[in-house]
Amino acid sequence: MLCKRIIPCLDVRDGRLTKGIKFAGNVDIGDPVATARAYYEQGADEIVFYDITASHERREIMLDVVDRVASQIFIPFSVGGGIRSVEDMRAVLLSGAEKVSVNSAAVKDPDLIRRGAEAFGSQCVVLGMDVLQVEPTGDAPSGYEVVIHGGRKRMGMDALEWAREAERLGAGEICLNSIDADGTKDGYELTLTRLIADTVRIPVIASGGAGNPQHMVEAATTGRASAALIASIVHYGDYTIPGIKEEMRQNGVPVRMSW
Amino acid sequence: MIAIVDYEAGNLTSVKRALDYLDIPNRITAEAETIRQAKGIIFPGVGAAGQAMRTLRRTGLDDLLRERVERGVPFLGLCLGSQIVLESTPENDTRGLGLIPGHCQRFHPDFTEAGLPINIPHMGWNAVNETDRAPSLFAGIEEGAEFYFVHAYYPVPEAPYRLGSTEYGTSFCSVLGREGLWAVQFHPEKSGRPGLTLLDNFNTYCREAR
Repeated sequence: MLCKRIIPCLDVRDGRLTKGIKFAGNVDIGDPVATARAYYEQGADEIVFYDITASHERREIMLDVVDRVASQIFIPFSVGGGIRSVEDMRAVLLSGAEKVSVNSAAVKDPDLIRRGAEAFGSQCVVLGMDVLQVEPTGDAPSGYEVVIHGGRKRMGMDALEWAREAERLGAGEICLNSIDADGTKDGYELTLTRLIADTVRIPVIASGGAGNPQHMVEAATTGRASAALIASIVHYGDYTIPGIKEEMRQNGVPVRMSW
Repeated sequence: MIAIVDYEAGNLTSVKRALDYLDIPNRITAEAETIRQAKGIIFPGVGAAGQAMRTLRRTGLDDLLRERVERGVPFLGLCLGSQIVLESTPENDTRGLGLIPGHCQRFHPDFTEAGLPINIPHMGWNAVNETDRAPSLFAGIEEGAEFYFVHAYYPVPEAPYRLGSTEYGTSFCSVLGREGLWAVQFHPEKSGRPGLTLLDNFNTYCREAR
């Protein structure tokens, strides 16, 4: 049976983690390569790097990070942030990432998904979606609207429609981030997650709101997500990946237990 | 030296990185001479079967690979490579290398897991079971260890060549072949420690062969 995946997300700026990460023992590591390696050894099923480097000139630094990660960790990992073209995708994949994720660039240019899938295969192309709950309207009849720029800009696009369209264009996966749940630690937005997961036949990664391992269980069961993205709950040492997986397993969720 | 056969079927650097990490001498190559000198052959692949097979025929690598296998050179097919080693696949209606008797099938969209329709492709970590018939490849790997899969078609070899199985809406063959001629549907180079152990086991077998 296919395992549900636990995916830590690391924010990187100019080759360094944006926040120090504390593992047991309170070691503060700013190096994304060492941190990725630590999560790999703890049983992360995949890793997401989100590059928030502001200037285009400093992108090379991220490619170097990707290359060093790929030489040391042997699980899939994806890179998102600032990917606007097939050439950007190619650079990241050739440096050793398994997948690229596109978000606002795909909202502005949906055909980017198709071009990426055609060049590298759907399994390489992840659509990141930031979604806000709204009053159901003509633009967003499902009551969920696509937003960009961290939720600051509403796009007048229905989230459900955008998920369908992305699948049709060849996205291999959807990373679904609820702006409402993000940062609350109250759990994933399960209604939204299930709505999208029931609509498309590609995997949906739940994102935003994780506060404890029971939230991962809910995302996998009630939310029908294939994977759950986690950040602060492991970065600050509140929970460990093996602990989260053990709780999921005890709740009957299939997870990878040998690494 | 292990030859990683380059037949324009995807990015092979992740296989190379894994072998480099294990200190296994290796080369990504399409050259007949290098492949002839290799103590073992890794036959990777992502992408579409039709295009891959056309390239193999155009370059004559299909005959060379059959010849090396006949001579007993250890061989390991990965992912798409585990489908091309069979006689045929419905993907692009393709005739394969025929190193192992059998064919391929596509996951049926009506297959279900836990009452829900499966996603296609099968992507993610899944357990590989019943590997006791591939002891040298799976030495030191726990029974039921999970490996990383990405595929829409799966191998259906003849019964004597089924060496391991995985559940995804159906029970399919994820390890096939025989001693010295193996193919795995998953990506060992992306499967953490069990995957690295498998690659290391293959190398050990290559060094001890002959």
